[in-house]
Amino acid sequence: MIRFEPRTNVSSLFALALPIVAGITALALAAIPIAAAGGEVFAAYGHIFKGAFGSKFAFSELLARATPLIFTGLAVSVAFRAKLWNIGAEGQLYVGALAAVAIGSGAISAPSYIMIPLIMLAGMIAGGTLMLVPTLLKTRLGADEVVTTLLLNFVVLLFVQMMLEGPMKDPMGMGWPQSEPMTSAATLPKMMARMRVHWGLVIALVSALVIYIMMKRSVWGFEIRATGENVSAAKHAGIPVTSTFIKVGLISGALAGLAGVSEVAGLKGYLTADISPGFGYTGIVVAMLAGLSPLGVVIAAIFIAAVFVGADSMSRAMGVSSYIADLIVALSLICVLISSLFVRFKVRFVNPKKTKLTAKGDA
Amino acid sequence: MEYIDILLSANFWAAAIRIATPLIFGVLGALVCERAGVLNLGIEGIFVVGAMCGWMAVWLGAGLWGGVLIAALAGALFGLLHGILTVPLGLSQHVSGLGITMFATSVSYFTYRTALPKVSSPPRIDAFQPLDIPVLSDLPFIGPALFQQTAMTFLALAMVLVVGYVLYRTPLGLAIRAVGDNPSAVEAQGLSVFALRIGAIMAGSALMALGGAFLTMSAFDAFFFGMISGRGWICIALVVFASWRPGKALLGALLFGAFDAFQIRLQNEVGAVVPSQVFLMIPYLLSIIALVLVARKADYPRALLQPYFRGQR
Repeated sequence: MIRFEPRTNVSSLFALALPIVAGITALALAAIPIAAAGGEVFAAYGHIFKGAFGSKFAFSELLARATPLIFTGLAVSVAFRAKLWNIGAEGQLYVGALAAVAIGSGAISAPSYIMIPLIMLAGMIAGGTLMLVPTLLKTRLGADEVVTTLLLNFVVLLFVQMMLEGPMKDPMGMGWPQSEPMTSAATLPKMMARMRVHWGLVIALVSALVIYIMMKRSVWGFEIRATGENVSAAKHAGIPVTSTFIKVGLISGALAGLAGVSEVAGLKGYLTADISPGFGYTGIVVAMLAGLSPLGVVIAAIFIAAVFVGADSMSRAMGVSSYIADLIVALSLICVLISSLFVRFKVRFVNPKKTKLTAKGDA
Repeated sequence: MEYIDILLSANFWAAAIRIATPLIFGVLGALVCERAGVLNLGIEGIFVVGAMCGWMAVWLGAGLWGGVLIAALAGALFGLLHGILTVPLGLSQHVSGLGITMFATSVSYFTYRTALPKVSSPPRIDAFQPLDIPVLSDLPFIGPALFQQTAMTFLALAMVLVVGYVLYRTPLGLAIRAVGDNPSAVEAQGLSVFALRIGAIMAGSALMALGGAFLTMSAFDAFFFGMISGRGWICIALVVFASWRPGKALLGALLFGAFDAFQIRLQNEVGAVVPSQVFLMIPYLLSIIALVLVARKADYPRALLQPYFRGQR
């Protein structure tokens, strides 16, 4: 028999160790599919590690991969903290990118110190507005935001494809469905020569810090946390629950929008319909691994980015399908979910046979 | 005038039913889970698993019905995982479901890629063919519209009856409905809340997987990456629209199929002026509208999303 006993106090070290254990467990479980695919398990882990941390180039790739994940991880963590289930970060990322391209690819010419804030603002407004729709449908009409945000992702992706094949198509793009390139004033510079990591990373880190301070120290942060803990209690305590949901929706959408801005202005330089290999969905895993903590998101994003970059290079070296990365990410989510049990409960293994024996002895 | 012609063609109705078939399976599956009090957002991934496993089983030499069975078993297995996480462990149904979707999708893609590392065009199987039912299939208009479907479509329709019968006419169905509304009352009757819920999730997930299997074994004859493209999520919206009733679920799926078939034909008429993506958006927008329309008066199973622990009031 397994018994769960509620835990009263959790040491912060213990709470911190759990997601790490979950991540390692997920990595370890990946040995099964790697072996099944005929890969040498230990060599595979070696390749993953070297591919992620083995050189300056690898590390730059890792940080470039982590940048959008920090943004989407933050977007999800803010929303989930209020129990607003925003599964639409993917779509919000794309509208953010679309807004950045609409302004930054030649429509306005201004110096860099105006253009960069301008495209960021545009991306935040676009992402926030997109998330406002399901938020209002939830608060006004009671429509479940999980389904509406999920379905909007598909609508947005089709809309982006339509724009890239139509009005926003680059006439010099050799017929490819891609936008015109960002002007140099609207481009986030690279942080190191010949490396892909760019200043979007710094914006992401600053965002994490801002969200951390907001959640910890501001009235908004308190209201968001209270709403997430217990909506009806928050209502009774006089917290404006509806406007809190709207605020959370706007902030969350804006953060996901920034992910799109950073990808087109920092990494790719133009928009295609495949700039995101699911960063919005992976953001959910990042946020859960981080225990919804904004600073934890940074570390979790680096872990997930390492899995992707490392698995890519392992896949090239050993011929194991690169879907192994998605598999590890999915396992991480399930493992961290299970590990959350250990924060709330002590797990005791009780042997029913033993208890019976002692009962006999007593009689 | 052309619009009327579309509605009057047998082809259109045949397509509507074909499009509705995977949704019938999916909505029924989601309905069974939610009636027992558990939201199953694993649906999108379980569709992928069903599509991949059913197809692969046939490709490896199993019979078509063998493939169907294997798809259902694979779906039930992922349902079991979701059940263990959400019922006895009482973990977040939202997060667990999304985790199942990611896990099921990546396992399927990984397996497919590992089995077929370097194929440029996906290999095909001999899929289910439309049945030729004596007399019925030869009826004018009604024959080609309704009775020239594959066996899996008829299986979907049969499942509507089975789920309806079990839920409303058997003690088991009563227990499942009760466990989604008032689990402590069920436990007071000496029944196991855990067993009922996990069983319902497994059965529902098996149905979802059949929806996926229909796509690779009947609608098409091959497996493609990204072929589910939100069909699972659409089912989650439709089950609310159907107010958790099997008959209405069938109606909702057919209505949806009709809209989608109409949109495809409309695309042929005005496709030159309107970009194709506008039409492709319609199914998703329709699902959102369907959800919003009924959201206010939706009568959710009362214990939906609420974990139950033994001896709890």
